[in-house]
Amino acid sequence: MNPVIVYSVVVLGLVAAGAAVILFVVANKFKVDEDPRIDEVAEMLPGANCGGCGYPGCRGLAEALVRAADKGDLGGLMCPPGGNETMARIGEYLGTAVEEAGPTVAVVRCGGSRSKAPANLEYDGPERCSIAHSLFAGENGCAYGCLGLGDCVTACDFDAIHMNSETGLPEVDEKKCVSCGACVIACPRNLIEIHPLGKKGRRVWVACMNREPGGVARKACKAACIGCGRCVKACPEKIQAITLENNLAYIDPAKCIACGLCISVCPTGAILATFEPVKPKPKADAGVTAPSAS
Amino acid sequence: MRLKTFPRGGVHPPENKISVDQAIQVLSIPSRVQLHLGQHLGAPAVATVSKGDCVRVGSRIAEGKAFISAHLHSSVSGTVAKIDDVIDASGYRRPAVVIDVDGDEWEAGIDRSPELIREIKADAETIVERIKAAGVVGLGGACFPTHVKYMFPEGRKADTVIINAVECEPYLTADHRLMLERTDEILVGVQILMKVARVERAMIGVEANKPDAIETMSRKARSLPGIEVIPLKVQYPQGAEKQLIKALLNREVPSGRLPLDVGCVVNNVGTALAVYEAVQKNKPLVERVVTFTGSHLPATGNFLVRLGVPAMEMAAHLGVEIGDDTAKVISGGPMMGKAISGLEVPVTKGTSGIVLLTEKDARRSPVQNCIRCGRCVSACPMGLEPWLLEKLGQSDRFEECDSSGAADCIECGSCSFACPSSRSLLDFIRYGKVNVMRIRAARRQK
Repeated sequence: MNPVIVYSVVVLGLVAAGAAVILFVVANKFKVDEDPRIDEVAEMLPGANCGGCGYPGCRGLAEALVRAADKGDLGGLMCPPGGNETMARIGEYLGTAVEEAGPTVAVVRCGGSRSKAPANLEYDGPERCSIAHSLFAGENGCAYGCLGLGDCVTACDFDAIHMNSETGLPEVDEKKCVSCGACVIACPRNLIEIHPLGKKGRRVWVACMNREPGGVARKACKAACIGCGRCVKACPEKIQAITLENNLAYIDPAKCIACGLCISVCPTGAILATFEPVKPKPKADAGVTAPSAS
Repeated sequence: MRLKTFPRGGVHPPENKISVDQAIQVLSIPSRVQLHLGQHLGAPAVATVSKGDCVRVGSRIAEGKAFISAHLHSSVSGTVAKIDDVIDASGYRRPAVVIDVDGDEWEAGIDRSPELIREIKADAETIVERIKAAGVVGLGGACFPTHVKYMFPEGRKADTVIINAVECEPYLTADHRLMLERTDEILVGVQILMKVARVERAMIGVEANKPDAIETMSRKARSLPGIEVIPLKVQYPQGAEKQLIKALLNREVPSGRLPLDVGCVVNNVGTALAVYEAVQKNKPLVERVVTFTGSHLPATGNFLVRLGVPAMEMAAHLGVEIGDDTAKVISGGPMMGKAISGLEVPVTKGTSGIVLLTEKDARRSPVQNCIRCGRCVSACPMGLEPWLLEKLGQSDRFEECDSSGAADCIECGSCSFACPSSRSLLDFIRYGKVNVMRIRAARRQK
């Protein structure tokens, strides 16, 4: 046999054997023990990587879930798009109880539609709320209101928020919204909040974020909250869901029973609801829930 | 002789210096002024007066407490009506002192005589103190507190004071008029700045489109040792600090560094005048020269305006009716100025001009696709790649914005001006830059 071939085989064989030994030692020495459950949990998550849970992608949440399961408490961890169903399945797999969270939905807190807050300026820069926000107060002069350029629409991975071309305001499709919170982060004016979906989808919110005194707020927008406090008084005594701070009313969605009494007393129509509010009676009985609409 | 200029990038927008022959007029004082507390770069001043207080012209009404901040003085005499949020140039309501005017009584100790005081008695420390006390900020537009520029860190030395008399923005003529009308005072101001910076040399950079100003300034500066008036080739943005240093001294300020790192301090020519008044006349910064102009207006002018006076007073003085033909109002020049919501916005320390544009001039052309022509790259005076930064900004890739130099952008707008597809280059670069700065600040905090 040709000695060249013999030498080659021997030398390469020795190199291969040496490399195998090194690789074996290194692989053992620097072995990272990864919990196999992480892969399994990540598999169960929707894989949208939306970041709604607050972790970098689904795997990030999977790691956090497994870590939390070892401590025996999954509290505070939630996959919004997966919802209770996914969380229950993961809880079962990890052998830890999961608290069921009520369904939530994104709510847009601005009612400054084209008719309520007509534009007196025109913006012809790039169609980005974040850029317009840094340049000026807004076409209608409200420094707190929706700029209507759709950063929230772009941010939504679930096609759940759209601009209404008539009002110029974004609208949330509650069937599609998984309350991942991407729009909440995208809005430079912090107009979007995640609220509980409410019983039978009934929820009430103040569609205004203007903290200016009433007169100033009203000048820019007819639907502005002027901080008059009538809603605070109208809210049933036992409930007291409405607070007034910095000329702005806020309805605590955790306390609100969606009776709709505040809607009828609001002089500017700044309070919106997903149902037809009951007509104001001369003496509204506190605590009575309005008949369910739609 | 070939005129000096900066070598990289630059554009040449139509000059439109319509108001150049209008002498500076003193604008009458309206019945109410609004003085914003944040008229300068850095922390807003803190109001030291309250409702009902009587103030005179030059009374200090707010104090700049932070290191980078400036004092604010009343520009009128009268009574403080309220301290409230008032719409500023951006349309947002920001805190301001509102003063009802009553007469025109000046604070004692302010020398209002026109007499020129050449002799500089104060020493360097006193000069800085007086500049600070007078609330002087850079009057070119950036409003950086002037006294901070002259508080050199330990061991740093300058060799040249540069006076920025470039006025490269189209339309604006305020600095040009100042150089013609207040030449002597400006030159004393320059000498004061040389004294406080402890340098022997001052260079006044003027673009060649102001031959009369160059002539007047050089004639009067001839007898003054160390002061040189240098004509520069007309090119935008020569008035930018780094570009001006490059043009005059051929020194390059490294990324993220200050002019002092290459041995210079740059001040606007208007600031030199304000420094003269502060040091020699004990007069705080209560008024500035503002150009009121527009190519479609029957009359334009340059005004000496008290701070806090609404811009519409200038229109009223000229008898100009603002009709439908005015589509856009800009505070500052058309390249770097900001569109404002209307003429009710008060003049601040940084208002170098109010430019009115017609629909035709103001409207942005529809955005078209990038044709990879590279004009933005050749136009960028900072040697950046605007097309790339635009893309990165558009897709929120801020880390890459940072590594591609977004933080070096001086926001001159040359790229947007040069783009044949009228893309919003600067808007997205600025968006990226703001986020880069935010990320950097967050990292520093950690």
